[in-house]
Amino acid sequence: MGSAVVAPTRTEPEWILPSRGRVGMFSLIAAESAIFTIFVVAYLFYIGKSLSGPMPKDVLEIPIFNTICLLSSSLTIHLAVGALRNARVNTFGLWWFVTMVLGTIFLVGTGREWHHLIFDKGLTISTNLFGTTYYSLVGLHAFHVTVGLICIVLTMIFALFRKVEPAHSERLDVFSLYWHFVDGVWIIVFTVVYVIGR
Amino acid sequence: MASETIAITAVPGIDRPISERLHDWIVTVDHKKLGILYIVLALFFLVVGGIEALIIRIQLIVPHNNFVSPQVFNRMMTMHGTTMIFFVAMTVLFGFGTYLVPLMIGARDMAFPRLNAFSFWMTAFSGLLLYFSFIGGNGLYGAGNAPDVGWWAYAPLTARAFSVGHSTDFWTLALIVSGIGSIGTSVNFVTTILCMRCPGMTLGKMPLLAWLNLVMGGMVFLAMSPLTAAQVMLCIDRYLGGHFFDTQAGGSAVLWMHFFWIFGHPEVYVLIIPAFAFLSEIVPVFSRKPIFGYPVMVAATVCIGFVSLSVWAHHMFTVGMNSYANSFFTITTMAVGVPTGIKIFNWLGTMWGGKIEFRTPMLFCVAFLFQFLIAGLTGIMLGASPFNWQLSGSYFVVAHFHYVIVGGILFALFGAFYYWFPKMSGRMYKEVLGKWHFWLFLIGFHMTFDSMHIPGILGMPRRIYTYEPGRGWETWNLIVTIGAVFQATGVLVFVVNLLWSMFKGEPAGNDPWDAWTLEWSTSSPPPEYNFATIPVVRSRRPLWDLKHPDDPDWKYE
Amino acid sequence: MKYSGQTRGLVSKIAGVGVLLIGFLLAATLCFGGPADPSQSLNIFKPQSTPADSIFRLSMLVLTITGAIFAVVFSLLVYAISKYRRRGDDDGREPPQVYGSNQVELAWTVIPVLIVLVLFLVTARVIHSIQDAPQPPGAIEVIAIGHQFWWEFRYPALGVVTANEMHVPVSDPSHPTPTFMTLSSADTDHSFWVPRLAGKTDLIPNRVNHMWIDPHETGLYLGQCAQYCGVQHAKMLLRVYVDSPEQFDRWVEEEKRPATVSDSVAEGRRVFETTACLNCHGVSGTVANGRFGPDLTHLMSRDTIASGAAPNSPEQLKLWIRNPDAIKPSSLMPAMQLSEKDLDALVAYLETLR
Repeated sequence: MGSAVVAPTRTEPEWILPSRGRVGMFSLIAAESAIFTIFVVAYLFYIGKSLSGPMPKDVLEIPIFNTICLLSSSLTIHLAVGALRNARVNTFGLWWFVTMVLGTIFLVGTGREWHHLIFDKGLTISTNLFGTTYYSLVGLHAFHVTVGLICIVLTMIFALFRKVEPAHSERLDVFSLYWHFVDGVWIIVFTVVYVIGR
Repeated sequence: MASETIAITAVPGIDRPISERLHDWIVTVDHKKLGILYIVLALFFLVVGGIEALIIRIQLIVPHNNFVSPQVFNRMMTMHGTTMIFFVAMTVLFGFGTYLVPLMIGARDMAFPRLNAFSFWMTAFSGLLLYFSFIGGNGLYGAGNAPDVGWWAYAPLTARAFSVGHSTDFWTLALIVSGIGSIGTSVNFVTTILCMRCPGMTLGKMPLLAWLNLVMGGMVFLAMSPLTAAQVMLCIDRYLGGHFFDTQAGGSAVLWMHFFWIFGHPEVYVLIIPAFAFLSEIVPVFSRKPIFGYPVMVAATVCIGFVSLSVWAHHMFTVGMNSYANSFFTITTMAVGVPTGIKIFNWLGTMWGGKIEFRTPMLFCVAFLFQFLIAGLTGIMLGASPFNWQLSGSYFVVAHFHYVIVGGILFALFGAFYYWFPKMSGRMYKEVLGKWHFWLFLIGFHMTFDSMHIPGILGMPRRIYTYEPGRGWETWNLIVTIGAVFQATGVLVFVVNLLWSMFKGEPAGNDPWDAWTLEWSTSSPPPEYNFATIPVVRSRRPLWDLKHPDDPDWKYE
Repeated sequence: MKYSGQTRGLVSKIAGVGVLLIGFLLAATLCFGGPADPSQSLNIFKPQSTPADSIFRLSMLVLTITGAIFAVVFSLLVYAISKYRRRGDDDGREPPQVYGSNQVELAWTVIPVLIVLVLFLVTARVIHSIQDAPQPPGAIEVIAIGHQFWWEFRYPALGVVTANEMHVPVSDPSHPTPTFMTLSSADTDHSFWVPRLAGKTDLIPNRVNHMWIDPHETGLYLGQCAQYCGVQHAKMLLRVYVDSPEQFDRWVEEEKRPATVSDSVAEGRRVFETTACLNCHGVSGTVANGRFGPDLTHLMSRDTIASGAAPNSPEQLKLWIRNPDAIKPSSLMPAMQLSEKDLDALVAYLETLR
């Protein structure tokens, strides 16, 4: 019945709509960005307002190595997905593995930084405003990295069992949007915490 | 006439066992069933929230009343607000959107059906979690129980020091979980609308309901997330010793207010925009004309979406911001009234020159127009910062926002119920009962909420469990409470009508209203697959084109 | 079910008349209604101080403009639903399908924008005039600190500390003596609202807010806390006594004096100073200097106790000390578990604190 609406002699124009996965992921990123924005605002608002306890410049060391690892992982994941799209499954597996390693290094590095801050410098989430906002913001980001890393590990396992095919490249491309988002957030967190806040 | 079905109607026959049908509903990912589940959940909480309102009103019917203790009153006040906003309004509007959007854009389901189901169940469980607080919230000295910090939960009242026990935590966690559900639903709305429209339905040709749900979805991302962030911060304060809102450690109580209202104000636009959508679908059909100024309606909605993100501190005019901040939020608040007013004028323009049929859905929509006009104007009054210094925190504000939510959103919702009930159930409701519902509720609404403005002007603050006699507040509080009884009766008639008509109503057919959007082209209720073939459209009113092949819309749009 | 055109016309007329009646009633009430005793009035439309007055005048302008908008749109709506309803003798054809009109849209965009602009400019002036008013040299300074569920008032320049009932001098426009208040809180958020004197301003912990009043006429002005602060928010009442200059000076003199010492109530004083009373309450000139509860040095100079929840009489005082929950359940005053003898002595002592 619907076809009666269209005049019979017209050729139907191509009907192309954006991909669901991408739009869904961008929507999720929008929502997550709003959450991060609030934590960043709280961090910026409370800079210099702690009544006592360690101050950022006393205890924070700039995590250059961690940052390089995390940001490089954006490049490696991009290479991985590109390789898969071109049916180079082994290359995909290699770059995916490197991504996984880089992400893990970042998390371990963050863990070590926190261990140092808590046990050597006496800064916990309840110490002062700096402690509260620092652990919340960096922690929220690390949580997002963890979730991403879990997905990466799962995919790695599938890849080892040779279950990942070029047809999956679109899905992994959508996932890589999430990973790029996580890296993008780190740039902001890094700037706010280690550059502005110190 | 498009009553020629393009769907294969279900063959009535073998009755499946009830356990199988129940299981079907529990595991469903069909947007229509999920939509109905959302709506049923909302109706349940409407009754619960309504009872809480009645308790509040009975306590306030005379000064120094002893119907409930102050503790119980404060819990009722908190739970009434929280329930109505999160578990009635958001839930029912998501329900209608979930049901209608795929049908109206010619799709078979939402973009992410399993996410859809997940979001619904998150919402349902978070409602249960909130209400579990009545039995699970006890802490020291029995000070716990349901949350009693108000639905806006200002810091530092929510700190462990002032909010002993777990009642506040139930509030916080329930809203975090419900927020996850809401964000999931909005991801679905936005993706569905952008990615699953049927061929020919460009963004400029989709029904206004789809446009408005798209804007609403975007706003949920930007609005719900700040609340989630603030709730997480509150949890960190309460359980990990954080100091986000700990004034003793240098934290700021006003920061919570900012975060809450950055959520809270766009939230009310999230609620009203789907109500606008209902108006934009119902008023044209019952005026027998297309919506007046479709592009302007879209532009106005998008404009409202953006401007509403900049007005939040009009809830904070009294916290002592400087005069520049107060002026800024005054102008943005007044500015958002402009696109909103434009929409009212466009609905008026739709009715103008038409042939209006006053069936029950239209009655509710016409009442909406009058009432939303008044609500918008009292909003302008509240937006004038100095006037706000007198009116805020008083019953004037309570009257204003109930005027918007009940007089606006709930009336539009009732209209939507009656309009789409035939499509969802396949049966027609009883028009007589519909009209009884309308008049009872209208009288009750005006008795309550017109009168409620006066105590505010006479200096009665809100959120008080009792008040002093001799200040001129007694008579008005009495009238307000009596009006609530009328409203409750109207809602009762409504529920009776729904239930009776579901089983005994006349079969409605595909298109009882002679309407023009795609949902009316399929059977009532639609089959699981919605349409036998995906429709191809050429204008904003595909069924008008079918019914008027000599005068189709696409010649003029 | 369709109604005939006549029925509809009748209904419209009835509705219209009803609306007019309601409007008249409302207006009448606002102007003449409210309590007979003016001191019991908290009507924001009966201002007695410049901030409240500026707000009142602004509100009248806002009400006029919004009232005019309402009248216009209301009339158009009523006209539309009565003129364009489907008649009984309708021919069944669809009406002309009009999609929109750019000129009309422009008109009803531009006009509201202009209205908003005018309203905003007027409002901004009032905001500045109230918030940025300079403090004249003759001003009285009061620090108000909000507590759950009472008000602390300190006059640092005058050496006065009191609670719940604030005294200020009337302000003569030719020689203004306004009261400039600094607001903060010891616990949760509160809000100082005495409608006839000014709009409300919040008392927020870890934050200092400011407001001012310059009452034009002597008398008692009522108010109460306007920001939900916990269980007894409803009974955190305010009493502002606007005194003539002489009355105010006399009040200040009496408040500055330390507590009266009288041997006849030594027993009661002993009870006060040896039980937990002095942990929370202060009485100047004695060992009691608790700050958690109201200062009691001049308790008898106040008309009410428990922040307005009960009149200040010996019976009520006794009840308050024996069982505060009977007056203000869940306030932070504990039931003192005193014997009747001790309680009588204590009340006798308190009765001397004038």
